[in-house]
Amino acid sequence: MAETKTKKRPAKKDVLDAYGVSAEIALDLMRDMLLYRRFEEKAEEAYAIGKIGGFCHLHIGQEGACAGSIKPLRVDDYIVSSYRSHTQAIAKGVDPNAVMAELYGRADGASGGKGGSMHIFGADVRFMGGHGIVGAQVPLATGYGWKVKYREEDSVVVCYIGDAAVNQGAFHESLNMAAVWQLPVLYVVEHNEYGMGTAFNRVSTTDMEEKSKPHGIPSISVDGQDVLATYALFQKLVADVRAGAGPQFVNLETYRFRGHSMSDPVSGTYRSTEEVERHKAEEDPIRVLKEKLFAAGALDQDGLQEMDAEARRVAQEAADFADASPVPDPEALYRNVWAEINPNGRLFFDGRSQD
Amino acid sequence: MAVMTYREALNAALREEMVRDPDVFLMGEEVAEYDGAYKVSKGLLDEFGPQRIVDSPISELGFAGLGVGAAMAGLRPIIEFMTFNFAFLALDQVINNAAKIHYMSDGQFDCPIVFRGPTGAALQLSAQHSQACETYYTHAPGCKVVTPGTPADAKGLLKAAIRDNDPVAFMEGELLYNIKGEVPDDEDFIIPLGVADLKREGSDVSIITHGKMIHVALQAAAKLEKDGIEADVLDLRTIRPLDMDAILATVAKTNRVVYLEEGWPYAGTGAQIVSMIQDEAFDHLDAPIKRVTQADIPMPYAKNLENLAKPTADSVVTACNQVLYR
Repeated sequence: MAETKTKKRPAKKDVLDAYGVSAEIALDLMRDMLLYRRFEEKAEEAYAIGKIGGFCHLHIGQEGACAGSIKPLRVDDYIVSSYRSHTQAIAKGVDPNAVMAELYGRADGASGGKGGSMHIFGADVRFMGGHGIVGAQVPLATGYGWKVKYREEDSVVVCYIGDAAVNQGAFHESLNMAAVWQLPVLYVVEHNEYGMGTAFNRVSTTDMEEKSKPHGIPSISVDGQDVLATYALFQKLVADVRAGAGPQFVNLETYRFRGHSMSDPVSGTYRSTEEVERHKAEEDPIRVLKEKLFAAGALDQDGLQEMDAEARRVAQEAADFADASPVPDPEALYRNVWAEINPNGRLFFDGRSQD
Repeated sequence: MAVMTYREALNAALREEMVRDPDVFLMGEEVAEYDGAYKVSKGLLDEFGPQRIVDSPISELGFAGLGVGAAMAGLRPIIEFMTFNFAFLALDQVINNAAKIHYMSDGQFDCPIVFRGPTGAALQLSAQHSQACETYYTHAPGCKVVTPGTPADAKGLLKAAIRDNDPVAFMEGELLYNIKGEVPDDEDFIIPLGVADLKREGSDVSIITHGKMIHVALQAAAKLEKDGIEADVLDLRTIRPLDMDAILATVAKTNRVVYLEEGWPYAGTGAQIVSMIQDEAFDHLDAPIKRVTQADIPMPYAKNLENLAKPTADSVVTACNQVLYR
């Protein structure tokens, strides 16, 4: 896949018109992507000095896929994702400070320090998590779609998975049910070409866009490194699904510039350094949009630097906030295990948690 | 009071709770047009329609997870497993999602969902269809486990499980569906989770058990009675939450305990109960506690072998005599 992938992009003239995207939206998308890049770089830095522990999966290189696909959503639309979801949480409206504090394992974290990098939640903006078992969020997304249909609402559910998740039974069971019941779910593969270190075409004999077809769900591919194309497509798909088009499947082609997680190598045994460098040079979503905005006359170098400075400021503020946030109160240890503590009988059995 | 079967009691609980709360729906294999593999949902499709009584594909992992998502989003799903033997396919959704979502999100999401269906052996269904599955669910913090053994308990506990705000594994028994008993008609008849029930009173020995095994325990108690031994039979009814006060009370009364369960011995429910009794009531014990369980083997098909594998009233009597040093 990696070696044969070719991408077609419109000529630079009338670049924004070609996508039907306004300059205002395009500039917003640039701000969003810069924030995601700087936020993840700050997380990378914090991880390197031990401020963040555990697993930490960065979205660097995939900012276009994130920004373009989430911007068309309303606050009452649902998103659920995998463990690579810091920036998706921010995009859906979770405070960057709360996301960073969660990475730091602090009390002010989005999940009170109990979830960590892989389990960011934002109930108020319907960011349904950060999930750590590959593909296990797909049935959940299908359940959110079920609820929307059951209550006759018009929210849309966007379910992000990585390319490896399409080989899980949970994926296929979910798509089958979503098709049978015509649920309002957009199943979106962030196809970054590798499931950890295994290239997609080594573990699948069919192409990605074929994966939903046995279930009767329409499939479409888009260049996720081109945020304008991504945004334009999702604006249409989200509107279609909201209008009752039923489930859709999107192969959102992208590329990860970092290792699978912070503890994994960027390249080496499974992909070459040259491959990574080529993608960074040719398919950096920020650079791709920058060239279009410059060509369209919608942004210049000074404007870009101003935006970037603001992104760096927000990322730094998030890190400062996280650093200043207290660690969770030890009493939080046993809090929120149960939504309902029954008045009768024991729920805890470790001998030190009884009231 | 009405006399009804365990199956009818479950059906009444489902119906009443669905009337009471429009967010409650039932999904599972064969629950709608077929009236349920064991007819627990008989007639509910006609009453509530296909949006609320939903035939699923045979996708245990998928529809269990759909239920978890629906619960996170505000509905109150009841997910029927045709048997808990098939629910192993869905265990990831129950353990990793349903039981953990409240904690991982630090309380942002509740997961009020009931996973229900029969557990344990019936008759000659062999290894893959004959296993008691309680401990897989009891093991995980975040999941409540309920095992009713009578029609009244089935109704009162299912209504409590549906109203509970946490995931509940509600485990029935294939061989229980036809048993009859008196069941209160009151629509607010609820048996709170975490309250054990003394099914028989005696002062010589305590048989502590749960689920279908209460009937084996009562048979054993009847046999012991002929020998002049009076057994306390304590039905835990719910394993998490666990009514430890009731356990300690019966131990203090008889000072001799047999734990009876349908499942395997290693890390079984009885192992936990025995550990807690020795920790909290050591001075009350006059003998080591004995456990009666299924043989530590997969369930065989042949009728004679199956009977040898299952816990029986005679094996409970033997264990009681051992703790009585008789």
